[in-house]
Amino acid sequence: MLFFLETTISGLMSGVMYALVALGFVLIYKASGVFNFAQGVMALFAGLTLAGLMERFGLPAWLAILATVAVMTVLAVAIERVVLRPLVGQPHIILFMATIGLAYVLEGAGDLIWGSDVKVLEIGLPQGASDLLLDKYGLYVEKLEAVAAVTAAVLVAALAFFFQKTKVGRALRAVADDHQAALSVGINLNTIWVIVWAVAGVVALVAGIMWGAKSGIQFSLSLIALKALPVLMLGGFESVAGAIVGGIIIGIGEKLAEVYVGPFVGGAIESWFAYVLALIFLLFRPQGLFGERIIERV
Amino acid sequence: MFYREAGQFKTSYAADQAIFPIAQDRWFIAALLAVAYVVVPLTADEYWFQALLIPFLVYSVAAIGLNILTGYCGQLSLGTGGFMAVGAYASYKLMTAFPELNLIVVFLLSGLITAAVGVLFGIPSLRIKGFYLAVATLAAQFFLVWLFNKVPWFYNYSATGQITVPEAALFGITLTGPAASPVAKYLFVLATVTALALFAKNLARSRTGRCWMAIRDMDIAAEIIGIRPLATKLTAFAVSSFYVGIAGALMFAVWLGSAEPTEAFNIDKSFLVLFMIIIGGLGTILGSFFGAAFMVVMPIALKNLMVDALGFSTGVAEHVQIMLMGALIVFFLIVEPHGMARLWQIGKEKLRLWPFPY
Repeated sequence: MLFFLETTISGLMSGVMYALVALGFVLIYKASGVFNFAQGVMALFAGLTLAGLMERFGLPAWLAILATVAVMTVLAVAIERVVLRPLVGQPHIILFMATIGLAYVLEGAGDLIWGSDVKVLEIGLPQGASDLLLDKYGLYVEKLEAVAAVTAAVLVAALAFFFQKTKVGRALRAVADDHQAALSVGINLNTIWVIVWAVAGVVALVAGIMWGAKSGIQFSLSLIALKALPVLMLGGFESVAGAIVGGIIIGIGEKLAEVYVGPFVGGAIESWFAYVLALIFLLFRPQGLFGERIIERV
Repeated sequence: MFYREAGQFKTSYAADQAIFPIAQDRWFIAALLAVAYVVVPLTADEYWFQALLIPFLVYSVAAIGLNILTGYCGQLSLGTGGFMAVGAYASYKLMTAFPELNLIVVFLLSGLITAAVGVLFGIPSLRIKGFYLAVATLAAQFFLVWLFNKVPWFYNYSATGQITVPEAALFGITLTGPAASPVAKYLFVLATVTALALFAKNLARSRTGRCWMAIRDMDIAAEIIGIRPLATKLTAFAVSSFYVGIAGALMFAVWLGSAEPTEAFNIDKSFLVLFMIIIGGLGTILGSFFGAAFMVVMPIALKNLMVDALGFSTGVAEHVQIMLMGALIVFFLIVEPHGMARLWQIGKEKLRLWPFPY
């Protein structure tokens, strides 16, 4: 029973981590209709920049974080100028493929600038097991993962407020519905895109910090993005809540399946379990748990 | 001037509907084939065959396959690597279980097996569309690679987990294994590619191909005018996987000789083939060749330039290559969304008027 509980909690926590990356996806999709494949690489890039700044220039953590936020903002402006602006009004699938290209550019650039070796990220986040739970109930819970869960919760609350209650949030949703219609009612598409990519960059930075503190900053971080995709499918692309719920379902399901089913089929089913789970789920509900119903007409 | 078609009159429907209705195109293709079948085998050395020509031809088949699904039918797939693995493992199992089987039959069967697997993973495409489907095909990618890694039956319980091609011959000429001569391999792959490309070109011009394009352009409208979406999408998945499966089988049996699923058929392969069709041109057979040629030659050229000529380290060259590949994708999507095939077409139109532009 205790083992089951520990597995569940560890699944829950890694689910929150997936959700953090998935959040960045949802944000950009919700606000611009662009399915940003580069989100995982953005997390890697942000993490690399942060670690690189601290390592090479010896900046203190808070300054390095501020500098990285600035870098991500500049990056957002550059992406808007170079990639998105010429592609206004193109089919979504074209924009998606452009972000695949973007992912490769960022990956190459990050490695080129900061080197491709594994970097340790030391910015003073708590490490190790939580003593209280361990002593009292014999439960092993990582402090870092608890911090990540709280951070994710705060981020989600802030984003939900931003989308529902602010004027910019409403403009973002209008852009997502139809680029050209939004342009014609006087929404400045370029500003919106810069804002949303910058915010997504910051979310990527948070995800990068959390994953980086857990297992070092390395290339595998960008593969986390591939884990975030089934989370999105399950939760629905437009839903912030969906990213969280989907992340938790995938995280727990994956850990439980690995521990209880894995041994019978040769193990390492974590690599595809999430996808197959999401695929089967989609057969019954094609728009995901919280996705908007797709109504199509000619 | 070179492309003036004045005076070429078509006097029958067959002539009007020919694949190459213009005489210059026919001569060009005939010359190209003559070079490929006669001049190249006489002049190229082993490095050219193994590093450039055979990979180019193998990837062309894969690119045609993905282009049928994504370019013609509009179903984005990221599972190409997984389907190539199916073709490779199918050919391996067939060749080891039935050593007497004719090689052509082996490759055709591998393609058919892959087609069946492709249809299986294509079934959700009726309900799932766009991005959701792209992500769903990733399920195929990861699941298939895992399967070939974990189930020992697929690699005949070999200790390394690798598959190595047994020696096989066609009409008395050894084609697979280390004893095969590069020229024989090249000619075999070239013949396969010629046949498959011709078939794909004709299929795309037929009723089937038109149905694919109708579904791609607007699926609901296509359904209303009487095209059955499920049947059309599934044929696209089947034909596409057939090509990709044969590409995988050729890659393993003829080009590489041995393979290991996590190395040879990982997700990077899926993206590589996707990039080929974007850069080459979505929805054209010609573009698949352009894209494959470009993506095979580019890394080698870049490595020669950066490492050998300019003295950078291989690591730096690799990062630059990744960056350049991504930048090219974005560049092509913005500047010429129809890829190099469209550039070729524009070039031909300019040649028609040359030297007077108006």
